[in-house]
Amino acid sequence: MSTMTRTKPEAPAATRNLVEMNWDPITRIVGSLGIYTKIDFKNREVAECYSTSSIFRGYSIFMKGKDPRDAHFITSRICGICGDNHATCAIYAQNMAFGVRPPALGEWIINLGEAAEYMFDHNIYQDNLVGVDFCEQMVKETNPSVWEKAQKTEAPNAALHGYRRISDIMTALNPFTGEFYREALLMSRLTREMFCLMEGRHVHPSTLYPGGVGTVPTIQLFTDYLVRLMKYVEFMKKVVPMHDDLFDFFYEALPGYERVGQRRVLLGCWGSFNNPDVCDYTYERMTEWGNAMYVTPGVVVDGQLVTTDLVKINLGIRILLGSSYYEDWENAETFVQRDPLGNPVDKRHPWNQTTIPKPQKRDFQDKYTWVMSPRWYDERTGDYLALDTGGGPIARFWATALAGKVDIGYIKATGQSVKIYLPKTATKPEVEFEWKIPKWSNAIERDRARTYFQAYAAAAALYFLEKVMAEVHAGRTKTWSEFKVPDEAIGCGFHEAVRGVLSHHVVIRDGKIANYHPYPPTPWNASPRDIYGTPGPYEDAVQNTPIFEENGPDKFKGIDIMRAVRSFDPCLPCGVHMYLGGGKVLEVRHSPVFGPFGK
Amino acid sequence: MAESADEIVVLWITAGLGCDGETIALTGATQPSLEELILGGLPGIPRLVLHNPLLAYEVGEEFLAPFHRAARGEIDRFILVIEGSIPDETNKPEGYWAAFGVDQQTGQPITTCEWIDRLAPKAWAVVAVGTCAAYGGIHAMEGNPTGCMGLADYLGWDWRSRAGIPIVNVPGCPTLPDNLTETLLYLLRQAAGLAPMIPLDDQLRPTWLFEQTAHEGCNRGGYYEQAEFGEEYGSPKCIVKLGCWGPVVQCNVGRRSWLGGVGGCANVGGICIGCTMPSFPDKFMPFMNQPPGSLLSSHAVATYGRAVHALRRFTQASLNKEPSWRQKKPVQAAGSDSRNR
Repeated sequence: MSTMTRTKPEAPAATRNLVEMNWDPITRIVGSLGIYTKIDFKNREVAECYSTSSIFRGYSIFMKGKDPRDAHFITSRICGICGDNHATCAIYAQNMAFGVRPPALGEWIINLGEAAEYMFDHNIYQDNLVGVDFCEQMVKETNPSVWEKAQKTEAPNAALHGYRRISDIMTALNPFTGEFYREALLMSRLTREMFCLMEGRHVHPSTLYPGGVGTVPTIQLFTDYLVRLMKYVEFMKKVVPMHDDLFDFFYEALPGYERVGQRRVLLGCWGSFNNPDVCDYTYERMTEWGNAMYVTPGVVVDGQLVTTDLVKINLGIRILLGSSYYEDWENAETFVQRDPLGNPVDKRHPWNQTTIPKPQKRDFQDKYTWVMSPRWYDERTGDYLALDTGGGPIARFWATALAGKVDIGYIKATGQSVKIYLPKTATKPEVEFEWKIPKWSNAIERDRARTYFQAYAAAAALYFLEKVMAEVHAGRTKTWSEFKVPDEAIGCGFHEAVRGVLSHHVVIRDGKIANYHPYPPTPWNASPRDIYGTPGPYEDAVQNTPIFEENGPDKFKGIDIMRAVRSFDPCLPCGVHMYLGGGKVLEVRHSPVFGPFGK
Repeated sequence: MAESADEIVVLWITAGLGCDGETIALTGATQPSLEELILGGLPGIPRLVLHNPLLAYEVGEEFLAPFHRAARGEIDRFILVIEGSIPDETNKPEGYWAAFGVDQQTGQPITTCEWIDRLAPKAWAVVAVGTCAAYGGIHAMEGNPTGCMGLADYLGWDWRSRAGIPIVNVPGCPTLPDNLTETLLYLLRQAAGLAPMIPLDDQLRPTWLFEQTAHEGCNRGGYYEQAEFGEEYGSPKCIVKLGCWGPVVQCNVGRRSWLGGVGGCANVGGICIGCTMPSFPDKFMPFMNQPPGSLLSSHAVATYGRAVHALRRFTQASLNKEPSWRQKKPVQAAGSDSRNR
């Protein structure tokens, strides 16, 4: 087995002059996260990083024995910003378990809803939360010399976005007083209206059901969506070049900034937007319909596309222990011995997971968190890969670009890039954007991909609207297919939550939920060192991040660490719901606090 | 901190057992919008100084500073907003279900319950946003391990703030965005001495938002009256037989829609699952079954509804015909036109 994904044993802290710094709670993310670090100010580098979370709810416990048709209503409540992604993924899993295929129109309506969610969520996160890390006030307080330079630097794309200098962009990003900050907030409402047109209510949808949707497909409904979409398309023609200018400036102003948040290219994408012409939700044909998705699923290792096959992706998922407070479930029940194709299903796969919590003292040499370690087994090398999602978009683009399968007029995957065509809007001409595979998987490129994916989602929605109108004009207005809940069944759903990979695995017995395990992006990204010693992505990306902030320890804001962490778009409600399982939870501890507080 | 008379501090804790959905709803509101409240855009209304983890500029201890100041009694007048249900921290030997920040002296997390104990007695008003904070909600579902409950279950239903204001519940999963900001606006108006005590019902809901049922405001109510019931999802008719609880659920979504006049539940094809109600979710599950009570009522309305519908169609057909004189007259032979006589 390769050791490439493992860290070397760290030098004893005493040999370096390390200062402990913590930020708890981390703000401008969804949920409760604390970051605890040891910083080497002399060498301007983060030496150690641990992340904590502090909320426990218990979904898998209270879902047992419930009606499987309730799964999407319940799991939506896991997350208050992307709950609909959970609802959608739950429906995909239910469709498989119930053996039901929604009418094409129902599928297109879900695609339009989910596209609006990406447009909304990436927009508000990027411009109202992450953007503050790049605003005038923050840059002045952390890197005065960068602010000086920004005032003297012309924005190369000023003609496209209207901000003459880089400093003007930064000023526009100031919270609430910034012009672009407020414009983004307004736009986030317009996109939520688009979402509500398709899925009823934001963020927990009312119109989604196994078998399709309850949305009434009138001409007016899609007109209302279209006019809002075109306003967003026009907005994108400004936003993409503006963010390019801002991000490129950081590379230029702070040489070496590419190392902030950088880690090995280990990306996972579980695919998004089903194609109703191909997708019948049978496990047996999942490889085929997975490859027809409008965001291609894939695992990318060191720039190589390992697979786009959802069956392989599914069978490769492993939930490892190691640094987390659980007992192994080796002796617990194996719910699924073989998948419907006859392939063996691992004991450590979510279908077979039984969570046995074992509360204990925190020990950074041993167990220190409640988060388990999802990994993907690479059968080529025998590695258990700590894949990250990079906050979603960078992994989606990388997999889609390399696969070269998506070609729908508005979007074309070329093998090395993804081209996005946006048509003429009221005041701006047509535009072509091209996301190119970057040199690094780092904070800036995760953020840049987030902007480009907003344009991707808009372009995809234009295509879905064409398909939807074809259905309506042809009089095919059925949106839902009837089904019966079987006594015994299994199902799995694969989707992209806004922040990255999302899977739901369900086992049904006696017509009730016997086992249910959702795996959203944050456990992948926020996982601790696993049983093989491989660190989780946050830890990995923040450790060895260089410090560019000009403040010393006394006024240190940790801005470079914040940019690294926020580039992953942490969403802790998604990360923490699964510190639970079949066993009775006796105790839950706040995970890791160390240093002066430790022992 | 001596706040100015024309501003009010809001300390917003998202660290109940929730999903942050209420804070996201806050950013979606338009009537009024968050920025109107924060920038002081409404006449006579004190400016809202918001400390909320999703939107804060500050991080960590710097962000927590006003919470500590308020706990020490250094903020004269603040509104405490709680999001997420309140766990029972006593149902286990040790550890935490929900915490918010860390005690820098001991290194131990500060539980959400500790924060409520410290801040509620000093708050001018306390608001529980979302059904989780109000009544327990989804995380208090039967079989849950945390023993969680609503804020009024935790503080007591008769609890009053030092200004004599009961807990204000704004339920919904999540809450309607405008219900949330409008309730805050009412409290700001009351704080400025421009409004009397906020009117609340026995479940501590603002009466003007929750006195009617979803059905009373539903744009499909007419179908119910005529006994036209959808048999499958996607139907524009009344969907009570598909699991909609609208006739008995107190919620204004039918009138207000979800956001910017768009979306909602039964009015756009989604069954009402009762998410604003104190008994949510348990008494509404399985959600996709017809509510037992509606079996009788939908049957009872059938005879009347069908008869009325038939009569209306008859009238409607007549009304769809223009009066007979609105037509081009046939060309007639010269001298035969009556008008020329």
